[in-house]
Amino acid sequence: MSDISTAFVLAFQLIATLDGELVDIVGRSLFVSLTAMVAAAAIGLPLGAVIAVYRFPGRRLVIVALNSLMGLPPVFVGLMVYLLLSRAGPLGVLGLLFTPAAMVIAQTVLIMPIIAALSRDAMRDLYEEYREQLCSLGAQPHHAVLTLLWDGRLRLVTVVMAGFGRAIAEVGAVFIVGGNIAYVTRVMTTTIALEASKGNLALALALGLILVLLAVGVNGVAAMFGGVTSYRRA
Amino acid sequence: MSVLPLLLKGVSVHAGGQILIDGIDLEIEAGPKTVILGPNGAGKSLLLRLCHGLIGPTAGKLTWSGSDSTHARRRQGMVFQKPVMLRRSVRANIAYGLKLHEIPTAHRQERIERALAQTGLGHVAERPARVLSVGEQQRLALARAWALQPEVLFLDEPTASLDPSGTGAVERIIEDIHAAGTKIVMTTHDLAQARRVAEDVIFLHNGRLTERASPAKFFSAPESEAARAFLDGRLLW
Repeated sequence: MSDISTAFVLAFQLIATLDGELVDIVGRSLFVSLTAMVAAAAIGLPLGAVIAVYRFPGRRLVIVALNSLMGLPPVFVGLMVYLLLSRAGPLGVLGLLFTPAAMVIAQTVLIMPIIAALSRDAMRDLYEEYREQLCSLGAQPHHAVLTLLWDGRLRLVTVVMAGFGRAIAEVGAVFIVGGNIAYVTRVMTTTIALEASKGNLALALALGLILVLLAVGVNGVAAMFGGVTSYRRA
Repeated sequence: MSVLPLLLKGVSVHAGGQILIDGIDLEIEAGPKTVILGPNGAGKSLLLRLCHGLIGPTAGKLTWSGSDSTHARRRQGMVFQKPVMLRRSVRANIAYGLKLHEIPTAHRQERIERALAQTGLGHVAERPARVLSVGEQQRLALARAWALQPEVLFLDEPTASLDPSGTGAVERIIEDIHAAGTKIVMTTHDLAQARRVAEDVIFLHNGRLTERASPAKFFSAPESEAARAFLDGRLLW
């Protein structure tokens, strides 16, 4: 019991004194996951809107695929990206394995389907409401896609936040492609796993607390935007 | 180049084994305000959507005057029973259609101001459209359609969810749009409104066009039994 309370005290000390290692790890986590979020949103949001608007052969298949990919196990994504980036892999020449760039790629692959599938759901509802009016005003499908992305922006913020939440909290993919190298590819989740197994509870706990705070913050932002959305809908 | 008259020849719509529109022959000419009357479920909204090209017929043919269908599309507008407001300001809602119609930026501002003034929305121009009252939203839908200066404007029960003053405002605007030279084709199930607005009456029943007449004739001596029953307030099935 005293071990645990000591760990809590030490954890708070690390946070309060902005411990160098802690700041480095949190900073890298945020950098990797925010970059992955931006990349995944840049692909996923337009993809979601396009699937909501256009009717093409194989569309249902794409939707089923995206919905299934939402539940991709991070370790599997990590393994696939690892194979892709390893020396013998097709992208091995880039020399990206065990770098933050590899982690960004893995997390992008992991959350892009989430952002695409959720934004497609949001855009579908909006398009249902807009379709006849847009058509009446002379909008072509590509106009409709841009209109949905702009008019659905508040709901899409929540969607992107959901993607970020998944990215920052996952451990399997970044562990495999990053290698958990200190001061290079070590992020919050991989450090927690490592330090906990070593019995260094203070650092693990401090990072865990920050992770929870981030999760609450992200949800708070999402709820705020969700609230604005429902107000606008009234 | 005028896109009117619009000709419908044997136009039908079938869905789920049901006949929703049944072999309608109709000519919609420029000029008088046409009101499509009929009970709920008669196919009024469907007929308007057909004319406006939002749905295609299962059988039959619709032809606009002149061969260019893109041109015909751009010369018509539609206002729906429930106004669809884009999630942006009142002004941006009007600008949206003008942009799609590739109206040069220099002319856009002037058209927006005019549309706002004509529909009494100048004081709410910068507000988000979705916080307006339903009556104001319907006026905005009219302003948005009017700004495109359509040759034909289809109105699908535009006052169905409005109170009497909102209805009055919308009817006045419709009158102004008509006076400015736009052909009005409007559906309603409200007899009093039909008497106020109509200069040409089309009566629909069970997806069929049962009667077309001048309002004077239709309201005093309807020819079909269905129209008589409707005017007497007897239920129609």
